[in-house]
Amino acid sequence: MATVAIPPFELFYEEHRSEVLRLLRRRLGAQRADDAFQETFLRALQAYRRLDHAEHLRAWVLTIAKNVAVDTLRRARPESELVETGIPDNRPAYEELAPLTDGLPPTERAAVVLRYGYDLPYDQIAAALGSSEDAARQAASTGVRRLRRRTTS
Amino acid sequence: MTISPDLDHRFREAAATLGLVDVGYDVVESPVGPLLVAASDRGLASISFDPEPEGQLERLARIAGPRVLRSSRSVDDARRELDEYFAGRRHAFGLSLDLRALAPFTVSVLQELAQVPYGETTTYGALAARAGRPRASRAVGTVMNRNRIPIVLPCHRVVGATGNLVGYAGGLDRKTALLRLEGAIL
Repeated sequence: MATVAIPPFELFYEEHRSEVLRLLRRRLGAQRADDAFQETFLRALQAYRRLDHAEHLRAWVLTIAKNVAVDTLRRARPESELVETGIPDNRPAYEELAPLTDGLPPTERAAVVLRYGYDLPYDQIAAALGSSEDAARQAASTGVRRLRRRTTS
Repeated sequence: MTISPDLDHRFREAAATLGLVDVGYDVVESPVGPLLVAASDRGLASISFDPEPEGQLERLARIAGPRVLRSSRSVDDARRELDEYFAGRRHAFGLSLDLRALAPFTVSVLQELAQVPYGETTTYGALAARAGRPRASRAVGTVMNRNRIPIVLPCHRVVGATGNLVGYAGGLDRKTALLRLEGAIL
């Protein structure tokens, strides 16, 4: 059986974005669906290079969307809200981190945001960065040290 | 269900900011028509006189990887330098270039091409000589014809031995316009 080549991400995104948004709106309502939409396709981008064939892409992205919806609902539960007192509004953590990490070297910035904004494990960060797990861990810790120096100086 | 332009825009810019795109592209307006400009993390990868992305996405994916996405942020640096060039305020580009997936001969010819100064012209034969292959002027012509980063890699400055413009992948009108902008011809 011939392997189907992975399409350029733009085509994949254009083909599936409506259905993904529809699913997220059904599960989360219009307001929360927008953030979940962005997170779904950012997660898809992170994993896209590791795909070895283009079969079941629709099922694959809908699975990611469902996982994001579950994570969103879990974050919104009252008992977890008690722990998240440090966060002033409902913006997802990765948006909080974006301005803070501005100016970090790109790899360190991506590692910090993926680790502390998305809570991704290092093996997935490594895959997203195209580096080893050790290098991803190193990039995140160097980035955090750099941020710490910047905030204390 | 249609995606609001705002939501679409936010996703594209977030993807580019987070460095999750192998090659980002967007249309840049210019006096020689709209250009489809594409850049990777290594630098400018392509400029096309055909602004329609259809049919070009596969080509971009072969250069830099499958994560091809339109986003204005990806081409910010290129857009700024091109705007300055077309306004006559920039005579040399400072952009780094992504020359992946090109044959070694092509790369050496393009590197020589990059040295041809603003407002001057050279010939196919002279460029071949400078690339160390004095008899390869026809092959140099082919490299010019397939140059995937025109304007920035100035193949419009390469003309025939008798001074005639010969040809240009973007059409002779554009070659004339670029040389006129640079004051190389009247």
